[in-house]
Amino acid sequence: MKIPCPLCGARDSREFSYLGHAGLLDRPAPDAGDAAWDDYLHNRDNPAGVTEDLWSHDYGCAAWVVVTRNTATHGILSSRLAKDGAA
Amino acid sequence: MAFSALRVLKEGLTGNSGWTPHWRDPAPKDEYDVVIIGGGGHGLATAYYLAKDHGITNVAVLEKGWIGGGNVGRNTTIVRANYMMPGNSEFYSHSLKLWEGLEQDLNYNVMHSQRGQITLFNSDGARDAAMRRANAVINQGDDAELLSVGQLKKTLPYLDYDQTRFPIYGGMLYRRAGTARHDAVAWGLARGADRRGVDIIQNCEVTGIDTQGGVVQGVQTSRGPIRAKKVAIVVAGRSAQVAAMAGMRLPIESHVLQAFVTEGLKPCIDHVVSYGMLGHFYISQSDKGGLVFGGNLDGYASYAARGNLPMAEHVCEAAMTLMPMIGRAKMLRSWGGIMDMSSDGSPIIDKTHIDGLYFNGGWCYGGFKAIPASGNCYAHLIAQDRPHPAGAGFRLDRFATGRGLMDEEGTGSQHNLH
Ligand SMILES: Cc1cc2nc3c(=O)[nH]c(=O)nc-3n(C[C@H](O)[C@H](O)[C@H](O)COP(=O)(O)OP(=O)(O)OC[C@H]3O[C@@H](n4cnc5c(N)ncnc54)[C@H](O)[C@@H]3O)c2cc1C
Ligand SMILES: [Zn+2]
Repeated sequence: MKIPCPLCGARDSREFSYLGHAGLLDRPAPDAGDAAWDDYLHNRDNPAGVTEDLWSHDYGCAAWVVVTRNTATHGILSSRLAKDGAA
Repeated sequence: MAFSALRVLKEGLTGNSGWTPHWRDPAPKDEYDVVIIGGGGHGLATAYYLAKDHGITNVAVLEKGWIGGGNVGRNTTIVRANYMMPGNSEFYSHSLKLWEGLEQDLNYNVMHSQRGQITLFNSDGARDAAMRRANAVINQGDDAELLSVGQLKKTLPYLDYDQTRFPIYGGMLYRRAGTARHDAVAWGLARGADRRGVDIIQNCEVTGIDTQGGVVQGVQTSRGPIRAKKVAIVVAGRSAQVAAMAGMRLPIESHVLQAFVTEGLKPCIDHVVSYGMLGHFYISQSDKGGLVFGGNLDGYASYAARGNLPMAEHVCEAAMTLMPMIGRAKMLRSWGGIMDMSSDGSPIIDKTHIDGLYFNGGWCYGGFKAIPASGNCYAHLIAQDRPHPAGAGFRLDRFATGRGLMDEEGTGSQHNLH
């Protein structure tokens, strides 16, 4: 699997570490309440199909990358820098 | 048909022509007392114990594919009870005891082989962690023995002890751990449930869960609607899709775990051996002679039921570091399964917000050993509407409250790290 880093180009997935769904970028406010934090920390949509998830290019430029992929086929559709925010 | 040595002998002498199918192939009825969604090990065990322990036999197990096609037929078959967190500890201890009586109970040879598991450690810190776990296992009433390098060299002469990278400091022996034939477990449970009146319905995908006023009414399936007083979800890697039919969002992310098997060899590995330093690595030899081994998750969310090459390479590196002799064996096959990774790495067996709808899932990569106890506890919950003491820790609300989280590996709330 090659992950397209917006800065470095397509690189071997071993250069990256995986965090989880890109929804982790939408961190609730500190006072958002227990239900919001429980949902953020634990629950996932977990789609069988197209998803967006967070990969860190540890052994490259160290950027966090949002990758749009298909979990059913491992096909990779697109990527963008996480610091650019939501799509 | 009951199995016995005499029967096997007779069939052997008469061309094995007298065997009949192990379970019926019934058409779904319009209504059941309990509908179980998912015919994996856990769904079948649930049906079996509902019938056996609670006398509830108007039950259907709905399986979208075929019996044995899910994780129950894809795992590396290790059965052990060396978990240490309260909740897990008593549950897996209970499960191992059920395993020890399962073949007699089912009148079916599931090839349960308590050949012992040896977990190796490679540093002082890892030895401390192994001792801590072993003490917890002894406290739960099971057994564990510390093996020195000298003892290990007698038992496992084929390991590379003096490697410069991760020299072996010792091992922990769990004598009652071992393996079982995975698909025989599915077949034996299916047969056992069927013989007690349960309908096992294959090629029947559940596409919707019907509720009315917060009470479950039944399910929609590819073979038509089926009414039910109680509906039990137990679909492992597909938990998210099926729970979503009832409006639930779960603390589960599905990941791929791979396994590998070599060509058949003469007996050479007598135990289950596992090794933690290079990432998780475990190996045993099947009764057919293949070396069956695996490692960690690939690490990214996946439903592909196959993995990628980096993990294959990593696992083979671990194998070569630990037992260089394995380099001479040819790898025959590799495959993957869809693992229902929960955010604390432990399972869920609980009621849901809908009356009569139950959820069982989050078994991660370790649910094969859990099959008898999971079925036993889930059946108890479904029949009596209160949890079985051995499974009472697997509450769905532990994530929200933080009480009773069972983070066995101490890695925090990240699904792919457990
Ligand atoms: C490579 C690998 C190695 C493993 N090694 C071990 C090990 O050594 N020890 C151990 O303890 N565990 C191990 N496991 C984990 C273990 O296999 C699983 O945790 C366990 O089998 C999951 O429960 P199950 O048997 O009920 O799942 P499954 O067999 O996956 O059953 C779920 C069933 O639900 C069905 N289903 C899904 N959606 C629907 C629907 N909508 N309608 C109807 N049916 C549906 C599926 O088709 C499937 O048959 C391993 C897993 C893998 C993949
Ligand atoms: Zn980069």
